[in-house]
Formats: sequence, C-alpha cells, structure tokens
Amino acid sequence: MLGEGILKGLGETARNFVGSYVSAERLTTIQYPEERIAPIEATRDFPFLVYDGADWEAGLRCVACQICEKECPPKCIYIVKSTDKKPDALGKLQIYPVRFDIDISVCMSCQICVEVCPFEAIKMDTQFELSTTDRFGGLLYDRKELAKSNEYYHSIHPIEAKKVDAHLAEEKMKADAKAGAAAAAAAAKAAAAPVVAKPAVPATPAAAPAGATQRAEGEKQG
Amino acid sequence: MAVAENKTEKPEGWNRPPVMKPDGEGELLEVAMGPHHPSTHGVFRMDVALDGERVIRLKPVFGYLHRNHEKIAEGINYLGSMPFTDRLDYMCPLTNNWAYALAVEKLTGQAVPERAEYLRVILGELTRIVNHASSIGFLIQEMGASGTPLMYAFKEREKILDLFEELTGARMMCNYMRFGGCRVDATPAWLDAVRKVLAGLPRFADEFENLLRGNEILMARTQGVGILRPELAVNAGVTGPMLRASGINYDIRKVDGYGLYNRFKFRVPLGEHWDVYDRFMIRLLEMRESFGILEQALKDIPGGPVMDSKAKLRGFRPKPGEAYGRIEAPKGELGFYLISDGGPNPYRYRIRPPSLINLTVLEDMCLGNNVADVVLIFGSVDIVLGEVDR
Repeated sequence: MLGEGILKGLGETARNFVGSYVSAERLTTIQYPEERIAPIEATRDFPFLVYDGADWEAGLRCVACQICEKECPPKCIYIVKSTDKKPDALGKLQIYPVRFDIDISVCMSCQICVEVCPFEAIKMDTQFELSTTDRFGGLLYDRKELAKSNEYYHSIHPIEAKKVDAHLAEEKMKADAKAGAAAAAAAAKAAAAPVVAKPAVPATPAAAPAGATQRAEGEKQG
Repeated sequence: MAVAENKTEKPEGWNRPPVMKPDGEGELLEVAMGPHHPSTHGVFRMDVALDGERVIRLKPVFGYLHRNHEKIAEGINYLGSMPFTDRLDYMCPLTNNWAYALAVEKLTGQAVPERAEYLRVILGELTRIVNHASSIGFLIQEMGASGTPLMYAFKEREKILDLFEELTGARMMCNYMRFGGCRVDATPAWLDAVRKVLAGLPRFADEFENLLRGNEILMARTQGVGILRPELAVNAGVTGPMLRASGINYDIRKVDGYGLYNRFKFRVPLGEHWDVYDRFMIRLLEMRESFGILEQALKDIPGGPVMDSKAKLRGFRPKPGEAYGRIEAPKGELGFYLISDGGPNPYRYRIRPPSLINLTVLEDMCLGNNVADVVLIFGSVDIVLGEVDR
C-alpha cells in the first residue's frame, strides 16, 4: 500500500513523542544553566599549575624546565626562567618560573603538556565557563591565575590525583633515602680525609631526584 | 527525465565557461551553490551550470577550511601532530588517531599490546556507528526532513560521545592513541558502560530503519538518483561505503586485516543499484555489522598493559625510511604517508583523505540530474570538510 512506510515512520515518531511523557530515558535534554549533568571525571579543558601548601607562589611544583613549552603543539605556553633558586615542595633548591603564561584562546586542550611534565606540575582543569569581554588580556592567563591548589586538583580528578600523590611520595622517599645514603657516605669520606671534604659538594648531586635527570635527557633529545 | 545512468560521456562544452547551451540556443544558468548553502556547511561551493533544472556542469570548489595541517606536521615532532589529526574528520577523531598511530608504528617498528589493539577496535567501531548514524541523519535532513531523523541519530551519538569523554577526556577531540598503545587504560566500569550502550543500539537501529527505510518519499527521491558506476568508482579511487554501494567488495578491514580485524567475524554489505538509496542502506547495514564486532571484542578483551613498555612518548628519531598506514575509516580509506630523514620531525607528512577523493566523482554522479538532487547526492557522499581541506 502506498504510504505504508510513511505511516510506519510516523508511528515511530508518535511512540517517541508519547514516550517522552512516561519514560525518563526518552528525555535526553536538560535545561542547562539551571540543571547540570554530573561531571565526568576524565573531562579536560585547559591546563592549570598545581601548588602544594597554602602559598601559591612558594608551593608551585613547576621548575621551569620548559619541556611543555617545547612540546605544546599550538605553542600557547610562554615561560621565563628565574635566575635565582628557591626551595620547592620537596625542600631542595630549584629554579622557578618568573613568568608562566598560557594563552587559552590558542590552547587546544590536547593534554600533551600534562603527559610530558616530569614533575606533575601541570594538570587539566574542568572549568569551562570562561567567557570574557576582553578577548586578548582576559584569555591570557599568567601564573597567578593558573595556580590552583592540590586540594582543588583532588576535588576535580580524585582518582588521578591520588595516583599522582602516591607517585610523588614515592619519589620523595627515594630522594630522601638517596640523600641519607649520600650524606652517610660523605660523612665517612669526611672522616677518612678531613682535609678535602666539603659538606656542600656531595649534598648537591644526592639531592637531585629522578626528575632532574629526566629533564636533562629531555633537553638533549628535544 | 534522463538520469545519470546512461551518461558515461560528458556533454559537449562541460569544461569551458558555459555561456551557451550545448546546442547553441540560449544561455545556461550558472549557480554558485554554497559556501552559504545550508547543505554545504559554509565551507564548500559547487559551481553548477544549469539547463533549466538539469545539471550540465558541476565544479566542486574547496579550500575554505584549509589549515596547513600537512606543513605544520612537518615542523613539529611526531607526537605533536596527534592532536591535529583529531581535527581532520572531526566526526570520527579516534579513527584518525588510529591511522596516524599505525603509520608511525610502521615507521618505527613499534609493537602494540593486545589489549590496546582491542580498545582500538572497540573505539573504531563506536566511531563508525557515530559517523554512519549522523551521516544518515544529515542526508535525510538535506532531503528536507529537517531535524527528526538527525535528532534520533544524535540522541544515540550523545551516549557514545559520553563514553569517549569518560575514557579519553574529550567528546570529539580525543587525542587518545599513542605510538605503541593507548594513553590510558579502560576501567572495567567503562567496559560495562560500553556493554550497556551496545545493548541499546540494535533497538535504535530498528527504530531508525522503521522510521526511514520504507518511506515512500525517501524512496522516490533516492532510488535511481546519483548512480555511480563500479568501473568509474574504481578508477576514481573511491573507497568506503561509497565504493561498496557500487557493488565492489573492498573493505580494508578484510583486505589488510590491520589491528586485529582478522579475528572478528563480520560481513561486508554491498549495493546492487549503485544509487543514493544503496549508500544509505549500506551505512545502516554496516552499523549493524559494527554491533557484532563490538560484541566479539568486548567478550574477548584481555587484560594487560595498554602501552608497550619500550614505547617512547617523545624525543624519538625513526630511522630514515617511509611508511604508509591505512585503515578503513567510516568514510573510506584513510591513509597517512610518512617519510623520515632520521630527524625528530617527519620529512614529509601526507594524508590520503577519503572525503576528498570520494568527492571527485561528484560531477559524474550529478550530471543530468535535477538541481534539487545535487544536494541529496552531495549528502550521500558523506564528507567532512575538515578532512577535504586539511
């Protein structure tokens, strides 16, 4: 019969229309600003810098190694290294970024900076309501705007953040053990030859964690 | 009305400015369909010469979305191009990732763990379902059924995109595959979520078929329209559902058996009438075959790592040489051709995009048809301009 197919199709539409009143499964949209869907843990949009402790400037994990700047495909990261050193979260002296800018109007949220960072210093945010009337300065984030606490990181990516913390604790333990062993060796050496020994010299290579050697390799390869 | 099936020869004067009708009487009407025509998504133009309603000449004009992807890729390292491949065919980012990863793995001789291969198959087939469902929706929309079938397709697409987001972090710009595996492992909860979505998909396919397949208007508009003869399809290098709708049995999943496709049982649907309706039906049937592949993959997926332990994320330099990695993307053969000179960047980076090459036969399919059918035939080619222009 001519028109049978059309009627069949219309029946399908009618079923869906009526169904939307009785089954919640057929209601697929929500009223956005008032209602929100539950956030998905793995969601990412723009990067931020993680800091430990209360003071964002002192606690930044970033050591300005510039790997992310080099690897960023659209080149939206701009870093200026410091000339002096200050103690980082693990308590050893490190270079820190004087400037760390990300132009999020250029950033394409690819997560490569997160993957290549050996210090777990840069992570992806989930905040997406970032519209501003200032399209140049307003979308160029400096390190103060980018710095977010580790607690915030835990609140948006709980599973991933736990893994990262465990990894960092392990690194710290290794570094401490290494430093302890080196200090003991230095002490023994100092006892054997008190004339040549200088306490500061053995402490420096011993304090360098796995990350620092990784960074040196990275610079060679890049 | 004569349709394109007996138009093997192009009419006189098809390649010069169509001032006069071929028979010398009166002028032809030149119409620029696009770039603002709704069916061309704002980035594609067809210069059509019309004799009344009949198409005498059609010239596709593209390049509005050119982004210099190939040259950029030659300037950055291998890893840096991966997120850019998402933006080629933005309806199916994961198959683009896969093709590129495959090419680099061939270049470096990198092995891929079994679990990663299974994940790739699962994601590739989910992508195929997303692409085919929405491409049918767009085709019907271009026919004039504005909205309903497209929204039905998008309802299902949303569920699959949520799965992508849960695993890869992004709905469309996934950037998930790496050389030697995948970036993150899938949790058992994610695999269960896929099973749950998959359980609902056959019902969606039935609903979609009920809605459209027997529709008399759709049949009248699509059957016998836009015929692509098999010999022309082969000569023009057309691939994917377009080629199979012309009756040629060529599926790279079967021919190459890349990944683990040799392990899965699935059939390749073929068209008999070579027209728009066949292309529409082939996509529906391929979706159903994908359900089968997904079921098998989800049943057999082994444990283990998703990244090869020897794989390097960055800073590797492949030996000088060349490699061509190709997969059966939802739109056809997607290939990446890489030449390495031993440096950290590819010396040459070339993409064989299925959309662009399938588009080359557009004129041959449209000649002699009505101008209203041009939109329909164009829709049945299923292109994404991000891939055509790169």
